[in-house]
Amino acid sequence: MTTETKEPQVQETQTAEQPTKSGLAYRPNVDILETENELTLVMDVPGVERDSLDIDFAEGVLTVQARVAQRYAANQRFLLREYGIGSFYRSFQVGEQIDVNGISAEYADGVLRIHLPKAEAAKPRKIAVSVAS
Amino acid sequence: MVLRRLNTGSPVAQLRNEMDWLVQDFFGRGSRPVAPTAAGFPALNVWEDGDSLFAEAELPGVKSEDLDISVMAGDLTIQGRRSTMAGEGVAFHRQERGAGQFNRVVRLPFEVDAQRVEASLRDGVLLVKLPKAESAKPKKIAIRAAE
Repeated sequence: MTTETKEPQVQETQTAEQPTKSGLAYRPNVDILETENELTLVMDVPGVERDSLDIDFAEGVLTVQARVAQRYAANQRFLLREYGIGSFYRSFQVGEQIDVNGISAEYADGVLRIHLPKAEAAKPRKIAVSVAS
Repeated sequence: MVLRRLNTGSPVAQLRNEMDWLVQDFFGRGSRPVAPTAAGFPALNVWEDGDSLFAEAELPGVKSEDLDISVMAGDLTIQGRRSTMAGEGVAFHRQERGAGQFNRVVRLPFEVDAQRVEASLRDGVLLVKLPKAESAKPKKIAIRAAE
């Protein structure tokens, strides 16, 4: 069974530069899933504490910012350094078929899940066929 | 580099949208290395102080029961798996988060006390602390005055 709608209801915004106050931010990896009743955004934000998450929705744009506390000493020398750490930022255009008042989020183990319920009008509907009399 | 990679294992499948790549590179904010798959997954940061070696990895969404960390014959091995939410009635519009089995082995630059290795997992970040063996600790050499 496929529940995919024709138009993607969540799309990344094409902003040239992201406006975090503290400068550049990392762009977290995201899965966007769709089920019968909602779209779910699953985002990897390792090292983020729950209180440092900032999720905003305004004018059709969902924005996620997450501050990451520095874990290393300023002059830390590494034997191996394969990734950097810093804040995360990413924003998405949310379509009109989403019930914006129903948006909710949960966070655990470095993974943020944002639930975007479909508006009633966008849900698949079974049409009952009545027997012609 | 002090550490030597022995086995890059089976890297977590990386499914990336080409468009993202371009946007990311063009705007120069892709400073997060895209290299983890080249070096093996997970990517590691490793440092030391006088007493211990520390290895850190970002493993968001991985449960501690799905992780297996071992030290043997001078190698640190981090194995585990991350599951997807794929299933009946789920359509993926975008899939950037890797899933599946991973296995990373790094050669330790000195002997560690395997009995006292500790690991913690917090907010998706794994930190392994490997205390140095006595023989690997820095020693102060007393200088005797010549007779």
